[in-house]
Amino acid sequence: MNLARVVGRIVSTHKEQGLSGRKLLVLAPLDASLEPAGSPLIAVDAIGAGAAEIVLYVRGREAAHAFLPDEVPTDAGVVAIVDHATIETKR
Amino acid sequence: MLIADVIGHVVATAKHESLLGFKMLLVAPVTPEGLSSGAEMMAIDSVGAGVGERVLVVVEGRSAGDAVGHPRMPLDAAIVGIIDRMTTFDQP
Repeated sequence: MNLARVVGRIVSTHKEQGLSGRKLLVLAPLDASLEPAGSPLIAVDAIGAGAAEIVLYVRGREAAHAFLPDEVPTDAGVVAIVDHATIETKR
Repeated sequence: MLIADVIGHVVATAKHESLLGFKMLLVAPVTPEGLSSGAEMMAIDSVGAGVGERVLVVVEGRSAGDAVGHPRMPLDAAIVGIIDRMTTFDQP
């Protein structure tokens, strides 16, 4: 799982049926220091995240497990809203 | 699996119900020599690891779920071992 900031939302009327009714968020990945890290991606929201929130997202097929028993065709899913992230030892 | 150092933790009140009760740790992947080897990530802890420890992290979703006892869980990384020591052999 990785950290990201919610920076946008996608509206798509014509889409795969499994994505129907799902909120599509644009995520900007963050590193552990909450600095931008990497290219934006689109993830399906499983938790009710909103604009500018810092979230945890899961990559890969397992992201779809967040929506069981529904089968959602996604490779990324938002599964938590971060209250705070603490780094206790610098690498 | 990869080797990583536990560097911190994440607190999230609003989260998927399957994640309730699990400790979420920030880990920084390292090489066997202890050098940084990639971006930090968040991993669920299944062995009681803590900050400062060097751990084994499964980064394949299905296996990560198995590690915490929930194969069908939205999870892509889990800590499955705390490394006591590691030996690297001289390259021929």
